[in-house]
Amino acid sequence: MDALFIDRLQFAFTISFHYLFPQLTMGLALLIVILKYLAIKKKSEHYNNAARFWAKIFGINFAVGVVTGIPMEFQFGTNWAQFSTFAGGVIGQTLAMEGMFAFFLESSFLGLFLYGEKKLGQTGHFITAILVFLGSWLSGYFIVATNAWMQHPVGYALSPDGSVHLTSFWALLLNPWALSQYAHNMIGAVVTGAFVMISIGAYYLLAKREIEYGKTFVRIGTIVGLIASLLVAFPTGDWESKNVAYNQGEKFAAMEGLFETKQGAELVLIGQPDMEKLRLDNPLHVPKLLSFLTYNRWNAEIKGLDAYPKDHWPDNIPLLYYGYHIMVGLGTIFIAAMLLSAFLLWKKKLFESRWALWILLLSFPFPYIANTAGWMTAEVGRQPWLVYGLMQTADGISPTVSAGNGLFTLLGFIGMYFVLGVLFLFLVVRTINHGPSLTTESH
Amino acid sequence: MEILWFCIVAFMLAMYVVLDGFDLGVGIIHRIIGRTESERSILIKAIGPVWDGNEVWLLAAGGTLYFAFPKLYASSFSGFYLPLIIVLWLLMMRGIGIEFRHLIHNPMWKSFWDTVFSFASILLSIFLGAALGNVIRGVPLNQDGYFFEPLWTTFTVVPESGILDWFTVIIGLVTFSTLTSHGANYIAMKTDGDLQKRARNVAQISWWAVLLLSVGSIMATTTIHTDIWRNYADYPWGNIFPIAGFVSLAGMFFYSKSGRDARAFIS
Repeated sequence: MDALFIDRLQFAFTISFHYLFPQLTMGLALLIVILKYLAIKKKSEHYNNAARFWAKIFGINFAVGVVTGIPMEFQFGTNWAQFSTFAGGVIGQTLAMEGMFAFFLESSFLGLFLYGEKKLGQTGHFITAILVFLGSWLSGYFIVATNAWMQHPVGYALSPDGSVHLTSFWALLLNPWALSQYAHNMIGAVVTGAFVMISIGAYYLLAKREIEYGKTFVRIGTIVGLIASLLVAFPTGDWESKNVAYNQGEKFAAMEGLFETKQGAELVLIGQPDMEKLRLDNPLHVPKLLSFLTYNRWNAEIKGLDAYPKDHWPDNIPLLYYGYHIMVGLGTIFIAAMLLSAFLLWKKKLFESRWALWILLLSFPFPYIANTAGWMTAEVGRQPWLVYGLMQTADGISPTVSAGNGLFTLLGFIGMYFVLGVLFLFLVVRTINHGPSLTTESH
Repeated sequence: MEILWFCIVAFMLAMYVVLDGFDLGVGIIHRIIGRTESERSILIKAIGPVWDGNEVWLLAAGGTLYFAFPKLYASSFSGFYLPLIIVLWLLMMRGIGIEFRHLIHNPMWKSFWDTVFSFASILLSIFLGAALGNVIRGVPLNQDGYFFEPLWTTFTVVPESGILDWFTVIIGLVTFSTLTSHGANYIAMKTDGDLQKRARNVAQISWWAVLLLSVGSIMATTTIHTDIWRNYADYPWGNIFPIAGFVSLAGMFFYSKSGRDARAFIS
């Protein structure tokens, strides 16, 4: 194991673990605003209690998100020193804004939201919920804009010392790549939030306790979840994959498992990339559909991997291919599950259909997997580039940090995050067992 | 422009040291002066609303350093690899300790997080001081401007230095005792009764430690930087800082003896 591999593994591990938490934070922030809105509109203590219950889970989740987020900023300096020297003048801007502005907004208003309900009154409390929502979604924007610059660098110029500096702050912020990536990512977070809400609601219904809350959670979760799982595929997913197809052709070809350039390219549903023979084993596909989805023409030409030099190919094509197909496959299943749930809800049969509730109960891990797989697609597909077209990943690491020191900290992170994960689950399960009807305002 | 950014980063770091300094100090004395669970809850509540605001200064300083001086950020973060990651883990443990402690009302749960919080605060104060010690002592840069410091070598300053040597450990202890008295003064200001009495005691004992260790550290600094006096002679305004340091030390002693805790805290 060389230092480059350890550095990549540590970043991949810490960022994947970290992002389990913000995706729920951002999704729940929206759902809490909805619950709080209903509480005020219907003057209902039921919805208020529901909002307080989710705020508790939000608080635990937020704390873990914050502590696992700090290592990300650190690692740019500790493990990716050459990358930071090269690009710090650009991405430092968005990262600093996230750290100062959005994070500050979010954490100060979260304190008010969690502990200030009595003092603020209902309208004030609703406003803090909206500000927590805005803060977390703004945080998300700065992070996505940072990543978008690495995917599609804009608004920069090279300095004499070989590093880059920013020439247009607005170009960095309004990077077209960031807009599509942000839309897709945020809707993905809403899917996670909605599924978690549905799942806990289904648990209460199946366990025959907190039944009224269970119904509320399943109903609101299904409505939001149905809208979000449709939007995550179209238009945001479509927009995002067209961006990749038009700007990062080799990533697109690898994602889709397209080894040869073709007119009327097929859409692969299932198959295993064989990197020795450079073909897809056991393929199951729909003819010409990929060309149509990408260029709106059935016979449009799509460049395969053979059109690109091998040293520009993503360095782990099977992982990239699977990451993408897992995301798309799960996304399709989400739409099906939400359509089913919404149909039964409409027919007023959902709360009695134990089989459907079981499906909903067990569904909550899958949006986490889909979101993680989606980010793996974006990041593995960017390889071998760290900043697309400008700097290769191998040139970005810290030159003085040895593999042994890197492994020490990687193992430390694994141990620490394991304990954190167990604690998190323990606290959330405890909150769920406690139930929303007993959730009074905390002080 | 660069001087401006330097001043901004220095200001943010100073704000961090002053603000987070007292809640770190509260963490250090947490288990010593808080004898019962309810006393410890009072101590946590005294810093609860402010500690994460205080820590934003560290994030802000880090973020500003990152885009204003990327090369410095990259070189120092990778060079101080192990201590920085350890500081990071301690910051995480401290944050989790404060955030999770109040979630369950159970004596074992609270006692556990009290220990985590205190342990992380004590080590953090020493490590932050040692980091300052490293900056004072200096590090060997290679021709590309990078370096790497192991955690320790032989605890001597030469030939191959580590993060921890006799000099940086002294600076670490100076910081530890300074933050202890800083935190104790804060608690003395915020509480009354037994807690206040104990906090004042700690403040007075740690005051003597600060005095002794500061004098020791100045002597130590002159042995490794023999030209330091000349620097002060060349830049007379620089003398303001050590003089201000000792004046406020005297102020702390005086106010703490006479029970004016708020003034002692500000000193």
